[in-house]
Amino acid sequence: MEFFERFAIPHPDPMIYASMVAIVLVSIAIVAGLTYFKKWGYLWNEWLTTTDHKRIGIMYLISALVMLFRGGADAVMMRLQLSSPEMEFLNAQHYNEVFTTHGVVMIFFMAMPFVIGLMNYVVPLQIGARDVAFPRLNALSFWLFFAGAMLFNISFVIGGSPDAGWTNYFPLASNEFSQSVGVNYYMWALQISGIGTLMTGINFVVTIFKMRAPGMKLMKMPMFTWSALITNVIIVFAFPVLTVALLMGTFDRQFGTSFFATGNGGMDMYWANLFWVWGHPEVYILILPAFGIYSEIISTFSQRNLYGYKSMVASMVLISLLSFFVWVHHFFTMGQGALTNSIFSITTMAIAIPTGIKIFNWLLTMWKGKIRFTVPMLYSVAFIPLFTVGGVTGVMLAMASADYQYHNTMFLVAHFHNTIIPGVVYAMLAGLTYWWPKMFGFILNERIGKWAFWFNVVGFVLAFFPMYITGLDGQARRMYTYSESTGFTPLNMLSFVGAGLMAIAFILIAYNIFYSIKNSPRNVGDDPWNARSLEWATHNPVPEYNFAIEPEVNSSEAFWDHKKKKHTLFKGKIDKIHMPNNSGIPIIMAGILFVFGFSFVFSIWPAVIIAAIAFFACMMYSSFENDQGRYISADEVKETEEKFGGASK
Amino acid sequence: MKLKWTLLTFIFTIATVLTGCEPLLVLDPKGPQAATTADVIWLSIITMAFIVITVLVLLIIILVKYRASKQDDDYEPPHIEGNPIVEGIIVGIPILIVIFLSIVSVVSTYQVETVPEGYEDQEPLVIYASSSNWKWHFSYPEQDIETVNYVFIPTDRSVQFKLYSHGPITSFWVPQLAGQKYAMADMVTTINLAAESAGEFMGRNANFSGEGFAENTFNVIAMPQDEFDTWVDDIHATADPLTEDIFNELLEPGHLGQLAFTGTHLEFSPPPEGEHGGHNHGSSDDTEQSEDEHDDSEHDHH
Amino acid sequence: MKIDHSQPLEYSTHKNEMNILGFWIFLGAEIMLFATLFTSYFIYENRFGNGPSGAEIFEITPVLIETVVLLTSSFTIGLAINAMRLNRPKAMLWFLGITLLLGATFLSVEIYEFVHYYHVGATLQTSAFTGILLTTLGTHGAHVTFGLFWGIAIFLQVKKHGLNPETANKSFNYSLYWHFLDVMWIFIFSFIYLKGMM
Repeated sequence: MEFFERFAIPHPDPMIYASMVAIVLVSIAIVAGLTYFKKWGYLWNEWLTTTDHKRIGIMYLISALVMLFRGGADAVMMRLQLSSPEMEFLNAQHYNEVFTTHGVVMIFFMAMPFVIGLMNYVVPLQIGARDVAFPRLNALSFWLFFAGAMLFNISFVIGGSPDAGWTNYFPLASNEFSQSVGVNYYMWALQISGIGTLMTGINFVVTIFKMRAPGMKLMKMPMFTWSALITNVIIVFAFPVLTVALLMGTFDRQFGTSFFATGNGGMDMYWANLFWVWGHPEVYILILPAFGIYSEIISTFSQRNLYGYKSMVASMVLISLLSFFVWVHHFFTMGQGALTNSIFSITTMAIAIPTGIKIFNWLLTMWKGKIRFTVPMLYSVAFIPLFTVGGVTGVMLAMASADYQYHNTMFLVAHFHNTIIPGVVYAMLAGLTYWWPKMFGFILNERIGKWAFWFNVVGFVLAFFPMYITGLDGQARRMYTYSESTGFTPLNMLSFVGAGLMAIAFILIAYNIFYSIKNSPRNVGDDPWNARSLEWATHNPVPEYNFAIEPEVNSSEAFWDHKKKKHTLFKGKIDKIHMPNNSGIPIIMAGILFVFGFSFVFSIWPAVIIAAIAFFACMMYSSFENDQGRYISADEVKETEEKFGGASK
Repeated sequence: MKLKWTLLTFIFTIATVLTGCEPLLVLDPKGPQAATTADVIWLSIITMAFIVITVLVLLIIILVKYRASKQDDDYEPPHIEGNPIVEGIIVGIPILIVIFLSIVSVVSTYQVETVPEGYEDQEPLVIYASSSNWKWHFSYPEQDIETVNYVFIPTDRSVQFKLYSHGPITSFWVPQLAGQKYAMADMVTTINLAAESAGEFMGRNANFSGEGFAENTFNVIAMPQDEFDTWVDDIHATADPLTEDIFNELLEPGHLGQLAFTGTHLEFSPPPEGEHGGHNHGSSDDTEQSEDEHDDSEHDHH
Repeated sequence: MKIDHSQPLEYSTHKNEMNILGFWIFLGAEIMLFATLFTSYFIYENRFGNGPSGAEIFEITPVLIETVVLLTSSFTIGLAINAMRLNRPKAMLWFLGITLLLGATFLSVEIYEFVHYYHVGATLQTSAFTGILLTTLGTHGAHVTFGLFWGIAIFLQVKKHGLNPETANKSFNYSLYWHFLDVMWIFIFSFIYLKGMM
């Protein structure tokens, strides 16, 4: 029994027991359902072993949506706890676990897979490629992310959640102050999914450099592809820093090193430095693809080309460079002196310049346009003023002297949600709605979508704008309770109402998916939005091989040219197409790493060693495997194209 | 679209009314340092409001003017690559704003990092403020007293807080007197401030430090110098001496009320500065004393 | 697969070109990884608490042996790739084999070195300095170990299939990896050992 005691929850609570039961029941239901409908084979052959970038993209998106609800539930719980003073809904320990989980889940397991999922689906199509450069590695990336996400999500029912905040500052996160295995989970869940992300980065940089359609020079790539390229370059350079930080953190907690300890030569501030050297570029890893998505959508629904293409690219490159030189602004208050703070204050504010350029370029794209207010466009239109507020409060925070007052308060919380929600989350919702017909061949219901949009925006404003005020009134972040005399009550109540409206919005979005699967017309054609870039030149939903004939391109709006300027996209005739084979290796390797991570969390060394050996055995097996892929015959391609109503329109 | 803007106005009205009753702490400074930050904040709010309003107005005009429902069916929007003059403006104006704010930021940062203006020739009152889970200990080396969870300071006098922590990183914050600064276990950081009116001010740890974080607060009571001196004498007359055992008990995780002692813990549990600092530990440019220590440690190993 | 005969074998297909570019980018990430470790090392270099400093525990002899052995192995892997370009699989296998032996020698000496550190009381737990020293060296050592297994796999594949676009491509990437480890070792040698002993 002693062996099993380590898996017990250190701070039990009826809600956690209820979740355990729910998790077990849902798992049983899924297994039973799959068995009853005989879907195991389908699931394994078509999805779990797939190397198709489109299916991997969809799996990323499904995971991201599920995690959105997990993180969202945490958010509502926090707002409820703070809605009135001296609330007794959560105690301090649980509140700490909830906000830690909320942060980690939203950044690593919601925003990251959402971004990477859309990149997976869209980038190869936008550059006219048949797949990514390394399809099997791509599958491995996804499954590593998934293993990391699962590892993190079981923490609250087995062994306890991390409770040191998503930034996980030492020495608070050390064994001395965080005694459960929660932070071990944090380390390994992030490590495993981080390695997956790093591989995605390598994969997409090669894909974009080496697999573009003939004629697509770098300066003729659609803006989303540009943003994806820059994002993945940032990933390649930023994520190794996280890898080292997590390794050192793991060593501190599990092998007794003293890197971030308070004695023995350790330095607690060094974790904060390492974390933010990775963490600030991470912010741009999330926001740049969002900028790319907005560029596509605003241009499409204004029926105009993107204004200032070159300055858009230049500003993204500039942002990516600057993003590595601003990390200190996350702790101006560490006492590094006025000079250092001044330098980082200026570099941080400098980021406002390229960002400002982008805002004005979007405005100028709409200027003289013909604006249609579809759901994706509504999100993009709301994004502009809301993100501007988020951006300018960022500039306010960048002023070091004033930051001494904003730091660690609700003002900061309001600021970063004000950039991440209208910036990243709206972009993901807009992108999902925009590319939905590309993925599934029908449009999500616009009416429900618009309702969800309004709930989202009004909810957002109500939830987060009051925080600017309470922050200036002295409400620190991460406080699980406050007394009535502080006067925070009305505004926090307002925040809670806003959070409730946002929850309704997301439920509406989920409902819309079910509703549209059942009711939406299926004959939307291949170009439902009157779009401009190359991904719309193939069919909806996209056939396995993407393009029957490799397109030829001479501008960033190849499809628009094809429609309006009689540019011939598809020259040549249909030939056999080389496709990668499915492989079970990625999911098996990720499963092994899951076991590895789990055993490591609990220091079960024999299992760790066995898992490590098994992992390398898989790599060895892969190395010796002779997989040349397969061909889809020309006849089969022709047949599929006929079904979609004629080859290469 | 109208709905949204009505709502926004509505919210801002509510916010103003709600906060109109009492000024926000950060914007209600009681000393020169907080006054500087409050001025910077107001200045930046005004500048930023100008930007936000510009973007909003442009956006509304564009949306109203170029929405599809208002245009002919056969209107084909033009292809416009860009225009050097327009792009010059949208680059130039942000650059000017950023330069302006950078200057403000740098100047004010230097200001709040040093002794407040007008107090330069005074000898500052030095108080060591150290945090432990989840308390604040204030040691007055000069007065030879120590308090827990409250601190008395004289008004119109430069006060220097020396901050460090007995555990996790914390952040010392008295919004009405000055901005935050971290208290950490292996170095001492400094805040210079002054209170220019008597009163009781809220102070707290602003940096998450575990279970008892929310209640990790303290009071700052500012009073004229003569009252302060009387208070010090009172403590000497009434309080018990602080011994190492008592202090170790105080360090145990938990919450305590307000306490006062004679003597400080600095003698038996020195702060991490000078030879005790983590930074200097064993580094080559050490003081003589730690050179000796260094030698000792060598001996230990051979 | 289209094979472009105007290119060396390892670059001859589009797939191969992508593999090599991908591998370079991977090495870019590896450089960031080691750069972070080196930065951390410099941060902790003088923070040895009550433990020993670098000057007290570094021994010149094993370090010199390691350096010479690894530099030589970098040379032999270069010869192996040269032999591959000349389409002489046998010679290539010889040089690859020598490289692997030298790698194994390096690793043995490094293990000896670690045992020595253990005996003089410099373990992971001793201080932040010894911790980062062993982590940095250990990360490099783990890379070499991985490289040995990978090298064996390539050796067997070249032996079995001869030189074709695929094996040539793998061998080429492997040589990049091995050179990279050598470069990292030069940094370790100069900035950890030499600087520490001075």
